[in-house]
Amino acid sequence: MRFRAKIVDLGCLNHFTRVSNTISKLAKTCTLRLSPDKLYFILSDKVANGGVSMWCELGQGNFFDEFQMEGVAADHNEIYLELTPENLSRALKTAQNAKTVKIKLTNKHCPCLTVAVELPSLSSSSRIVTHDIPVGVIPRKLWTDFREPTVPDFDIIEANLKGEMNLKIETDLVCITTHFKDLGNPPWASEDASQDRDSENMAEARIDIKKLLQFLAGQQVNPTKALCNIVHNRIVHFILLHEDVSLQYFIPALS
Amino acid sequence: MKCLVTGGNVRVLGKAAHSLSRIGDELYLEPLEDGLSLRTVNASRSAFACFLFAPLFFQHYQASRPPQGQPPRCKVLMKSFLSVFRSLAALEKTVERCCIALSTENSRLVIQLHCKHGVTKTHNLSFQECESLQAVFDPALCPHLLRAPARVLVEAVSPFSPALSEVTLGVSRGRRVVFRSYLEEDTDAARAMMTEMSLSEEEFQQLQAQEGASITFCLKEFRGLLSFAESANLLLNIHFDVPGRPAIFSIEDSLLDGHFVLATLSQSDLCSQEPCRPGQGTHSTTHLDDFANDDIDSYMIAMETTVSEGAAVTPRTPSPVSEEEAEPNVVPGTPPLKKFRSLFFGSVLAPTESPSEPNPVLAEDSEGEG
Repeated sequence: MRFRAKIVDLGCLNHFTRVSNTISKLAKTCTLRLSPDKLYFILSDKVANGGVSMWCELGQGNFFDEFQMEGVAADHNEIYLELTPENLSRALKTAQNAKTVKIKLTNKHCPCLTVAVELPSLSSSSRIVTHDIPVGVIPRKLWTDFREPTVPDFDIIEANLKGEMNLKIETDLVCITTHFKDLGNPPWASEDASQDRDSENMAEARIDIKKLLQFLAGQQVNPTKALCNIVHNRIVHFILLHEDVSLQYFIPALS
Repeated sequence: MKCLVTGGNVRVLGKAAHSLSRIGDELYLEPLEDGLSLRTVNASRSAFACFLFAPLFFQHYQASRPPQGQPPRCKVLMKSFLSVFRSLAALEKTVERCCIALSTENSRLVIQLHCKHGVTKTHNLSFQECESLQAVFDPALCPHLLRAPARVLVEAVSPFSPALSEVTLGVSRGRRVVFRSYLEEDTDAARAMMTEMSLSEEEFQQLQAQEGASITFCLKEFRGLLSFAESANLLLNIHFDVPGRPAIFSIEDSLLDGHFVLATLSQSDLCSQEPCRPGQGTHSTTHLDDFANDDIDSYMIAMETTVSEGAAVTPRTPSPVSEEEAEPNVVPGTPPLKKFRSLFFGSVLAPTESPSEPNPVLAEDSEGEG
């Protein structure tokens, strides 16, 4: 198992840092999946996470100048690591003016993701900051826990097929509803089994507002497109799309 | 004692107060002929800090009121002293003069801030008379020296989290200076991130240490002096010896000097922790096998209350057991530095003649070991 990557471009570095910061706000620990073309930050929907799950996919070519990996086996050319994303963010924070950033999988006292930052200095020789982030290697037999979530057969609720969405909160004293109009419905919505559904019917899901807030507040990358899918009383699914990153986040409905 | 500070020096004095407050809870004031000395020590006696402000630092400086002769030594609560200088920005903007006087009649340290617009703030701090607080150390006896502009050192420690307690500083192969985060024994090593900053020798004005030399000390306390040095744009010296012996951090200019003396982890403390890192030849600052001295207690110095003429130059014989000496390690409720078992204190009555250096020559209590 080997992994080495290098970022030289400051713009790519900033972008990667922002993605890392976003992930660190959504999950205390998550899975980093490496394949020859992509990186994924995955949070699977365990009870410990409060039922939320996350899938963030990055094309490595958009971020790294060099990217080499060798997976666990020839026919399973991938690496799954358990990681505390906050450590990655803290490491990248020291790289704000870096000349280069190298990330590699190393084995020090335990498997680590080593981030080596080369910083400019007044002398002829650069300064080097090295961070060893302990990671857990996830054995192949557990890989099936981390499958890309299938987009559920959704109804659009409290949002309907006519492009209206309502966000509502209720307390003992007050009920506030925010109405959104003229939203787009993605084309597949009208093609699907929901042919028979009345386009005016609202589908709804009641979710924990703290989780919604955590998701929205943690965003550092402005998406070009944002989608929200709702399965009536079951789950809310957000998809944020950017040209080189996509982030999916699932919040289960409260019973 | 009476002195008057004016202009930008008020802020400098305030900054020194902030620095000292990182170390201890009590501030010892000693008006000497050489200048006003402000000192403090931490609860576990593993860190000592002092600033000496020369008479020229003041618009007016009077150590003692004749014919009293011996000026009183006193200590005040650090919190109280710091509160006078709490806002450095305000000091700079509004305070024109600061007058400090020791009033023995009322047992009060009176600090008056004369501000703009005719405003005068008077602080009366109660003080306690006390013995002189003196740490016994001598930078000249340390074989290793590192000197750099404070700014370089500030940048060198910037990658470390403000929460990090201890850091290891050493010289690695290729004569690079390396700072590395030090993980305490009870930290979950599996989860903790390790950070290291490596700088070229060229960034230092002076590097007098061989490869492999290293010490581990409290970063938080060091930051106290570092921030003062940076604001005053000074060079900072780090004098150090083998692990276990205190490291001396010093700054000076024509008007003041400052010394922070910090205990360092001894060899046995280090060996029990940080395992050697396989395959990491470049940064081997914690390979301390070269150091034969692993005598944890070899650096304990008693708290004495008397000094004889010759004591400054001859090694002291084991002194009468005082409370501090008998139980140096067991100070209940100390900060995480209880691992720093090196004490380096000698409390001596200030000799009637002022020493030419701020502190007397090192004399250690060897306790017959090693």
